[in-house]
Amino acid sequence: MNNLLKTMINDRFMIAAVLLFGFGFMNLLLQKNLIRKIISFNIMESSIFLFLASQGYINGRIAPIIVDGILDADVYINPIPSGLVLTGIVVSVSVTAFFLALTVRLYNIYKTVDFDEIMLLVNKEAE
Amino acid sequence: MKIFKGRFFQNLIMWVNGDTEHFLPPADTKMMESPKVPSVTQTLRPLPTKDEVFLGSFTGLSIFLVIGLVSILLLTTYNLPLFGDPDNPVVNEVIKRYVEKGVEETGAINVVAGMILDYRAFDTLGEASVLLLAGTSVMMLLLKDIKNTDPEDDQIAAYEMEIEERNRDLILQKITMILLPAIILYGIYVVINGHLSPGGGFSGGAILGAGLILYASAFGTNEVRKIFTMKTFKILTTSALMTYAICKTYVFLLGANGIDTRIPLGTPGAIFSSGLIFVLDVCVGIIVACTMYGFYSIFTTGEI
Repeated sequence: MNNLLKTMINDRFMIAAVLLFGFGFMNLLLQKNLIRKIISFNIMESSIFLFLASQGYINGRIAPIIVDGILDADVYINPIPSGLVLTGIVVSVSVTAFFLALTVRLYNIYKTVDFDEIMLLVNKEAE
Repeated sequence: MKIFKGRFFQNLIMWVNGDTEHFLPPADTKMMESPKVPSVTQTLRPLPTKDEVFLGSFTGLSIFLVIGLVSILLLTTYNLPLFGDPDNPVVNEVIKRYVEKGVEETGAINVVAGMILDYRAFDTLGEASVLLLAGTSVMMLLLKDIKNTDPEDDQIAAYEMEIEERNRDLILQKITMILLPAIILYGIYVVINGHLSPGGGFSGGAILGAGLILYASAFGTNEVRKIFTMKTFKILTTSALMTYAICKTYVFLLGANGIDTRIPLGTPGAIFSSGLIFVLDVCVGIIVACTMYGFYSIFTTGEI
């Protein structure tokens, strides 16, 4: 039990990332407003960035910017997850902008951002 | 037959004999007493349709799914290597190589910048292309052109614009005039110091775009159009992406064939150093700044 608690406190960032992911996923499934769906998608993305960044951290080491010409790999943290997070942020921004543009188009046609109402209107049109 | 003298048994006997009218109250009293009591068929809910059954079970199913997923992931994090442990399997020889040889090979003090703009520059080219592609698709969806115009919407937009022009916020304008030079300067600093300090093309470009957005929201998009139009947007983004692609093509072609690229790396730590990383950072910064402002402008007014 003590061991489990120790691990949980040590891995707090990973646990927070998992909980954030679940929170975002739940909202993505249950919210009816499209804007809120997009926001919950962003929460999920942020949780993944938190997880990746926490994977790159090493206790007691500094950011990978060479100071005083010290070229020792045991001084700096892992730079690769930082690069991956950078890529992920850019893709997340692009995807969010695309989602929002599609939402604006849907609003222009159906005059609502409620997903259920849009589906009802679509079904009515189909009949 | 003494036991059948109660009211209940009398009623029962009458019911058995088929005298049902005894149970019904007189017609007019019923109307007066309970005119609002709904009939049995009205109180019963209609049977749920297929869609309603699905929607009703959807909430429960999704909660169940999410709780299951989160518990599986929590179990996985418990079994993952410890956070911050130097002996993690991800801390391998790749990082050693990047840190120990990075400065010598790329000339960048910032190992992350050297990594994403030299070792993995192809990845970053794709990233900048994704951003430009998102900008293009947002434009395809929202730009006001011949097919995407509605006279009613135009009227509303013109009316809103008129109100906005009349009610420009003085406080916002004065604060913007004080803050904007600092924001733009800081953005440029972050872009051109990408190989020396935290930051780089993406973050610096985002700061520059935020400065432009602040200016547009204080003085109106028409003011920004004096310096930044659709033509500027097209020329800047495409030429920056082309410069990036040409630079990296040159390096890849020569480097893959074992030929020295003859790009001076300079002294590590100086501002004009690290060869192409400086140029690539500026290109990425231009693309990000233009796209960020483009998003804002297209979403608010439908044109850049």
